[in-house]
Amino acid sequence: MQYTDILRFARDAATAYPLRTLLSVLAMAIGVASVVLLTALGDGARRYVVGQFSSLGSNLVIVLPGRSATGGFNPANGITTTPRDLTVDDAAALLRAPAVQRVAPLAVGTSEISAGGRVREVVAAGSTASFMAIRNFQLAQGRFLPEDDWRSSAPVAVIGMTIRNDIFGNQPAVGQLIRLGDRRVRVIGVLKSTGQGVGMNTDELVIVPVALAQALFNSNTLFRIMIQARGREQIEAAKAQATAIIKARHGGEEDVTVITQDAVLATFDKLLGALTAAVAGIAAISLLVAGVLVMNVMLVAVTQRKAEIGLIKALGARGSTIRQIFLTEAAMLSLAGAVTGYLLGQLGALILRQLFPVFPAYAPGWAVAAALMTALVTGLLFGILPARRAAQLDPVDALMRH
Amino acid sequence: MTLIALAAIERVFHLGETDVHALARIDLTIAAGEYVAVVGPSGSGKSTLLNLLGLLDQPTAGTYHLEGRDVTTLSPDEQAAVRSRRIGFVFQSFHLVPRLTAAENIALPMMLDGVPVVVREQRVRQALRDFGLDQRANHRPDELSGGQRQRVAIARATIMQPALLLADEPTGNLDRATGEEVVHLLEALNAQGMTLIVVTHDAALAARAGRQIMMEDGRVKSDVSHAASTTLTSV
Ligand SMILES: Nc1ncnc2c1ncn2[C@@H]1O[C@H](COP(=O)(O)OP(=O)(O)OP(=O)(O)O)[C@@H](O)[C@H]1O
Ligand SMILES: [Mg+2]
Repeated sequence: MQYTDILRFARDAATAYPLRTLLSVLAMAIGVASVVLLTALGDGARRYVVGQFSSLGSNLVIVLPGRSATGGFNPANGITTTPRDLTVDDAAALLRAPAVQRVAPLAVGTSEISAGGRVREVVAAGSTASFMAIRNFQLAQGRFLPEDDWRSSAPVAVIGMTIRNDIFGNQPAVGQLIRLGDRRVRVIGVLKSTGQGVGMNTDELVIVPVALAQALFNSNTLFRIMIQARGREQIEAAKAQATAIIKARHGGEEDVTVITQDAVLATFDKLLGALTAAVAGIAAISLLVAGVLVMNVMLVAVTQRKAEIGLIKALGARGSTIRQIFLTEAAMLSLAGAVTGYLLGQLGALILRQLFPVFPAYAPGWAVAAALMTALVTGLLFGILPARRAAQLDPVDALMRH
Repeated sequence: MTLIALAAIERVFHLGETDVHALARIDLTIAAGEYVAVVGPSGSGKSTLLNLLGLLDQPTAGTYHLEGRDVTTLSPDEQAAVRSRRIGFVFQSFHLVPRLTAAENIALPMMLDGVPVVVREQRVRQALRDFGLDQRANHRPDELSGGQRQRVAIARATIMQPALLLADEPTGNLDRATGEEVVHLLEALNAQGMTLIVVTHDAALAARAGRQIMMEDGRVKSDVSHAASTTLTSV
């Protein structure tokens, strides 16, 4: 028997009993849809948390001045009571570390901003061009700090969206001169609004070159040094290298704290990933149930179509042909169910995303693939028994009992 | 030429404690092109004999040669191939597939045998014409009369041009006139050279055959041939 004929024969047989077919397709569809939808929920939660954290920048390592209390006993601590300050030179030295991709020194202080008669207090951050890449800033207008020598104090500033609206209202901001403390600086860019996320609110920030900030605050110290490692697996190396370099520069004294944000992130990522997998597993049980239902439906089909099976045996069908016909029918039911379920699940995820736009409810590719595969495999597996039963029917019995 | 040779064929059904000898030591030869009627009381083993001849059932003992070949020792797949190419069945209750049209029912044996669609369509068209079913090609069995259904079944049984046509009470579900029509069709096929074996309760129908085999308790009670009575009736 030709494959196209088997397909057509199985399709016609399935559609000849619409209720039975509908039931098993529905069961399979519910199974697949629940896998798609539940993993979309689980993975959405994971993405949401990871997204919130990585808006702070990815592969981030942060150097803070001073030892953390948990650092353990160090004899050097007994001698020098005040830790050394972090300087721009310290930051520049970290660029030598092989695991480090980018470094941005960060000096932070408050200042006063005025333009066109309006005055307000702001948090000013002094940094370098790399700050944007490390922190994943997006620009709404203009450009970020220039790739200058870190010692250059070019009179330029990048401002947050709230400040831009407060100071300039509807007027264009980029290119305007403002007064920041006792300096006149030109606005060269505006940061895209991010709203209140995890970490500091960039909408209310003014970013200037680090040398300018230090001059404004009249201090040589840094608030912290931001480091971006070359990759996720390089984070620990970057941390160790940064610690070693600063220690060497500070006369062998380990007077800084180096933290990695990705350690926290990775934990969340793993936890929520495992949760999604567990949810997918539970949903997959419904696929198994659907497989059992398909088997039952096919067993009923074999009983119902006993005479037909006897007949095609009498007409010269081989046992393998009959097996193929029934397996194909089971596969069709499963496939139809899987596709319907996939579409239903994606529709459900779409509705979720419409209702909660911040929640990225996308079913992960692996879950969708696994659900479709499981549906097909269970359908086929549970189709084997009915197909064998059909092929083993005694034709005389099948024909005469009718 | 001998088409069928049965030697010491037995068929025993085990029903709990008791053994039912549906066929007991049957020896029988049937030549190619014969027209045989199998008669006998109910339960005498007529259907069992026909099922054995059609390779739908296996004998408990004995050998069956079809066209000179021992078919009792063939594998199930080889037997299926013989059923497909050499044997045609006509049943009392037609056994048409309800969801398939007349044309599709007729094409079924060719489809199962993997005959290409073009050949199938052409042969089905010819068969529909031969059996007066041109207008019914796309009708489903429930839209056909009993006589039309049996004609579809006969067209299906003969579409592979088998050597042997087996009919178990082919007129049993039909009224007299329609039954006669069907018998004429079968006889016409026999006239073209197809060996025809008909199981029947109808004495008048049995009398038309060139050879009558009377069964009783699983044995051949009498086996009469009258060469003269073989009539060439055309439809
Ligand atoms: N599957 C079976 N299991 C047990 N006994 C059977 C089976 N098939 C047939 N028999 C027995 O074998 C004997 C012959 O049956 P068979 O069907 O061949 O009779 P028949 O001559 O065709 O009768 P009828 O004219 O009523 O169709 C009967 O006694 C019947 O009960
Ligand atoms: Mg009978």
